Amino acid sequence: MSAVATSAMKKLINDPADVVKESLAGLGAAHPDLVRIDLDNQLVLRKDAPVAGKVGLVSGGGSGHEPLHGGFVGLGMLDAACPGEVFTSPVPDQMLAATKAVDGGAGVLHIVKNYTGDVMNFKLAAELAEDEGVQVESVLTNDDVAVEDSLYTAGRRGVGVTVLVEKIAGARAEAGGSLAEVAAVARKVNERGRSFGVALTSCATPAAGSPTFEIGADEMEFGVGIHGEPGRRREKVRPAAEIVAEMTEAIVGDLDPAPGTPLLAFVNGLGGTPLIELYVVYNELTRQLADRGLEATRSLVGNYITSLEMAGVSITLLALDDELTALWDAPVHTPGLRWGV
Amino acid sequence: MEVEAVVDASTVRRWLEEAAASVREQRDYLTQLDAAIGDADHGANMDRGFTAVVEKLSMTEDSPPGKLLTTAGSTLVSTVGGASGPLWGTALRRAGRSLGEAESFEGPELVAAFEAALSGVVELGAAQEGDKTMVDALAPAVRALREGLAGGASLGAAVTAARSAAEEGMRATVPLQASKGRASYLGERSIGHQDPGATSTALLFGALERAVIEQ
Repeated sequence: MSAVATSAMKKLINDPADVVKESLAGLGAAHPDLVRIDLDNQLVLRKDAPVAGKVGLVSGGGSGHEPLHGGFVGLGMLDAACPGEVFTSPVPDQMLAATKAVDGGAGVLHIVKNYTGDVMNFKLAAELAEDEGVQVESVLTNDDVAVEDSLYTAGRRGVGVTVLVEKIAGARAEAGGSLAEVAAVARKVNERGRSFGVALTSCATPAAGSPTFEIGADEMEFGVGIHGEPGRRREKVRPAAEIVAEMTEAIVGDLDPAPGTPLLAFVNGLGGTPLIELYVVYNELTRQLADRGLEATRSLVGNYITSLEMAGVSITLLALDDELTALWDAPVHTPGLRWGV
Repeated sequence: MEVEAVVDASTVRRWLEEAAASVREQRDYLTQLDAAIGDADHGANMDRGFTAVVEKLSMTEDSPPGKLLTTAGSTLVSTVGGASGPLWGTALRRAGRSLGEAESFEGPELVAAFEAALSGVVELGAAQEGDKTMVDALAPAVRALREGLAGGASLGAAVTAARSAAEEGMRATVPLQASKGRASYLGERSIGHQDPGATSTALLFGALERAVIEQ
């Protein structure tokens, strides 16, 4: 009965130790018009970086969340991504190399998801970059409302809102914003965004080859993190309507938007859930929002910040205003996100 | 002055080599501990880092002990990733900086170096004793080292006391609930597991003891 849940995970890889570099090489080969790959420093760089006079945007973190971050390098979004090993933070040397490679003279913004390793490594990198004369600002994303107790944990995790920060801050930089302006709009997005995730299955890192956590065939982890970190509780899977109702309540209860606030609704697959189910979730989400006098005026549905092959979904809501809506609508051309170009 | 009370570059090299061997030997154990409450990469990360340290030091010409430690720290920062890279890297760099250019040193300088290492870790990780982290092994070890030497113990005896205190601190993490790092998201489910960072810290003090006593 439990054979399905515990069977070894099959993967389309060669040597597990080569997965990150081979995947980066593939990204570069598939999108030579958008990005170039620095395999020595393990970086994804915008093809025309550094863009003179433009604030450079650098993000990074463990691999396994594709298309985040490398798939979001290009016009109107990131200038560089530093992928670490799967689920392991990259090292400061990578971040420093990325920062120097994208500095067009207007300074560089580091977009950092709130995980202990990422925060420490980016902090050391920012110090090194400033020693070398590059002006750096850092913005932390911490939107995961599943983490209820911020005092006795490492704080809320950075999840779905990171995609929205990269898009919107990237648009602000593309439009000529100063480092302070780009950092300010990035912080504004993080402050006005909240997320919640649910996992139906575990993921398996290439190095381990076996599930990161055990979960019954009929169970879900309610409030899961993007590395399989535990959420609020483990329980039986229920119909989508009930799950989405509770996710929406957790997000809206925390965000507390005034009725009529326009929202960006982001329904994100964790890697192993088909699009047909993501749209079932989106449909339920619109009903839940309507019940609260809220409406999504912008949407994003698909696999954008994943957890390898984990089945599950996260919902992110962002309270928009005219500025954020215009920046969201601005042209973007990256391997993972493209419109207006 | 007792001959055995002096620490020099060869002691530091031996320490880091012993540490690398110990981490290599306990790699799978560290990873198992990390799989229970973290993300199952602590053994691999520490092994990758200390292997690189030994390789780097083999290519480093005669240098004073402080310089060897800052080089080792920078190598860990550059190769480990995760949280343990910056934390152990900062610890060794601060210790190295505290020792300066001295070719050899005695107990008080060793205590000052470890106190600098501890404050670097606490500053970067914002963890206190009781948070179920490497600080739970490092802080009591540094205390035992300082108190042992202040009480007139030989350097060897003080380092043995430090190793013992690190191991005791490591075991004392089992009943604690984590409030820093990835284990903190488990809440009460982190109780009953030994902290991997405290465990590797105890291994490093075991290596220090062997390096000091064997000289």
